[in-house]
Amino acid sequence: MCLGIPGEVIEFLPDQPDLARVDVSGVKRVINVGLLADDPPQPGEWVLIHVGFALSKIDEAEAAAALQFLEGIGQAYADELTALQDSQIE
Amino acid sequence: MTGRAGPDAGPEAGRPAATWVDEALREHAEHAGPAAARPGAAPPEREQQVLDRIDRARRRRPRVREERITMSHGSGGKATRTLVEAVFLEAFRNPLLEPLEDAAQLHLNGSRVALTTDSYVVSPLFFPGGDIGDLAVNGTVNDLAVAGATPLYLSAGFILEEGFPVADLTRIVASMKAAAEVAGIQVVTGDTKVVQRGKADGCYINTAGIGVMEHEMSLGVANAQPGDAVIVSGPIGDHGVTIMLARGELDIEADITSDTAPLNGLIADLLSATTGVRALRDATRGGVATILNEVATAAGVGVTVNEDAIPVADVVRGASELLGIDPMYVACEGRLVAVVAGEEAGTALAALRAHPLGEQAAIIGQITDEPPGIVLLKTAFGGTRIVDLLVGDPLPRIC
Amino acid sequence: MRFVDEFRSADKAHALAAKIAELCEPGRQYKLMEVCGGHTHTIYKHGLEDYLPESITLVHGPGCPVCVIPMGRVDDAMALASEPDTIMTSFGDMMRVPGSKGSFFDAKAAGTDIRMVYSPLDSLKIARRSPDKRVVFMAIGFETTTPSTAMTVLRAAAEGLGNFSIFCNHVTIIPAIKAILDSPDLRLDGFIGPGHVSTVIGCRPYEFIARDYGKPVVVAGFEPLDILQSIYMLMLQLSEGRSEVENQYTRVVPWDGNLAALRAINQVMELRPYFEWRGLGFISQSAMRVRPEYAAFDAELLFDVPGVRVADPKACQCGEVLKGVLKPWECKVFGTACTPETPIGTCMVSPEGACAAYYNFGRMNRRRVVEVSIT
Repeated sequence: MCLGIPGEVIEFLPDQPDLARVDVSGVKRVINVGLLADDPPQPGEWVLIHVGFALSKIDEAEAAAALQFLEGIGQAYADELTALQDSQIE
Repeated sequence: MTGRAGPDAGPEAGRPAATWVDEALREHAEHAGPAAARPGAAPPEREQQVLDRIDRARRRRPRVREERITMSHGSGGKATRTLVEAVFLEAFRNPLLEPLEDAAQLHLNGSRVALTTDSYVVSPLFFPGGDIGDLAVNGTVNDLAVAGATPLYLSAGFILEEGFPVADLTRIVASMKAAAEVAGIQVVTGDTKVVQRGKADGCYINTAGIGVMEHEMSLGVANAQPGDAVIVSGPIGDHGVTIMLARGELDIEADITSDTAPLNGLIADLLSATTGVRALRDATRGGVATILNEVATAAGVGVTVNEDAIPVADVVRGASELLGIDPMYVACEGRLVAVVAGEEAGTALAALRAHPLGEQAAIIGQITDEPPGIVLLKTAFGGTRIVDLLVGDPLPRIC
Repeated sequence: MRFVDEFRSADKAHALAAKIAELCEPGRQYKLMEVCGGHTHTIYKHGLEDYLPESITLVHGPGCPVCVIPMGRVDDAMALASEPDTIMTSFGDMMRVPGSKGSFFDAKAAGTDIRMVYSPLDSLKIARRSPDKRVVFMAIGFETTTPSTAMTVLRAAAEGLGNFSIFCNHVTIIPAIKAILDSPDLRLDGFIGPGHVSTVIGCRPYEFIARDYGKPVVVAGFEPLDILQSIYMLMLQLSEGRSEVENQYTRVVPWDGNLAALRAINQVMELRPYFEWRGLGFISQSAMRVRPEYAAFDAELLFDVPGVRVADPKACQCGEVLKGVLKPWECKVFGTACTPETPIGTCMVSPEGACAAYYNFGRMNRRRVVEVSIT
């Protein structure tokens, strides 16, 4: 029920401003973007899809920031592991 | 209407609850109760007791609880298995039927012969990559091939709906002819029935197939042993997703075609490359997950697979995520799952990959001692979980 | 898959797990509740608990909108579906939920016209194509889904569709969380907040949890790394003695929510004074009904709905499981009388139910499993 999938907006349907075609890993689907009427998504932008509607835009900057944080933690962890191994070798 | 409370009224006394619940409880009375959890025991111990109790419950004699057949009974999952065991096996029981493999293995005048039957009710009849005719020939050929038999002859019975276009029938039959040629089999007998408009959804096909075993090997899922490797011949879920999209109800488009194909050539190559093959199955309704469970149950072993190692086309992944279904349960029509002795895994893999239908073959896991009867998945994320049979099928009328 | 695969990476998981373990105070037990059924599903599907130290227990909350529907409402829906010339449309999740006389699936087998849909808009399509039938959409879900139903009703109104209505069972998350917080049997240290509900309602509605109950809340995404990171953020708050609302799912959740979505809901629906929740009893102002202005689309007015309350079976402990008081395996009928094939309660039949998740994915002895090696 809380199933939400990210998809990329390809195009709007010509006669229907509420409908857009999105792409999810090569699968194309028409969804309703009426819930984003205050700030409609443009082709190339990503949205969260739930039961045939776009609920929210995906903020790519925030996604990148989230990943960066995770990379940072990952790097720190890897560094610690290396330090641990080095100290074991001695 | 009397007793009309409605959701907006305040709290009131309720009516008596469902009686089917009491029945279910009575049946399990000997399993519930004190044996379940000793209050003083530590949580992991208590949990294990509950798991053991559940295990015992799962091994009980199957019984069909429903009064009517539902779509789940045709899904290839738990409901189908229960129906087969409780109704068909109960009635027909004999040693040849009991293995419940895809084909029965018979001895006729000194020859080892495999016999199988299948029915095809796919909707829509025509889809990207094939049609019901292709499925009918390839599916039957595959059931024989995975028994280790060389497929020889098919029967084809047609149930046609009044009003079905003859042109469509001709098209289907042409597909069957082409598929038969590729597979190297002949259709030697058949039947035709017509039912009134509104039944048979255009065309249903029933087949039977016969093949001979030209070697001494005895394949069967009960042969799986700890240390064996589990191999899949290519990306999973293509057929099921193709059908789902071809139904046109979902407004989904994707570049995907059914993987329907005859596997007898691939299997012949595999069996001549190594004698270490314990079991072969073609992954149809219920998908790879169902086969893995059949192996685990029949051989009383554990099956552990690596999510990362299972080949899935991007498009199938995308569609599955979108629909909230798991590719492991989605039907294929031209993929096999092989259980191969551990030391022969490399040879088997190479043999599969050398064949066009096995180019993306992959070792996806192995057979273990523990936990018996259970399929474990090591997720791409690094955690573990179980892969159980589904009750029903996310995608009905798949083949 | 973009925005999905990056958040399922195993290497980052190890790093987060180490950090989480570091933040655990020796000798202290932590109980964190994930409210949303979608989170329960992710946790089990990816085996996320393997990454958590033994001192952290995840408690599964009532955020499964199918699980909280009482048997009586299912019976009501079945009664609607059985009306002549009526087509009932429903999400797949509802199809196997047992009423007192069977499920949608059983009714379908007996000839009732019940069809599975993936979107409420599919119901409109069916209504347009079958003008001689009345089409009823079984509307369920928390605030994630409510706007979609509302938009569908607005669309039906704009088209002047005369044969479409909804049977409204939408519920709201905050009263459910409050019921948990006020529950005497529960000791929780923090909440993993529902990510997709929050895209609609934003993060402000959770502030009372931090402010009045002193529990930290982190609104979490649905990939396993999202949940793991959220647990890390909760543990950080706990170790630093903070109790705040934080947003981990910033790539999707706006702090203020989706105003257009909230407007759509408010235009079409209003809060019911009371609604019965399975296992939690009657909760005030916790569910939606169709506004009088849209009465033409309200199945409860167009049809005769029996409205009979059915008591939950005594053996069913869904209520305690939903509150997080019992783990699925601690329910007396779990796995024996109550299985996915023969569900007694909704927690076992909904794909997001804690019992279904545990039975289908987690029913194993973790210690034995960890010893099994993989090539």
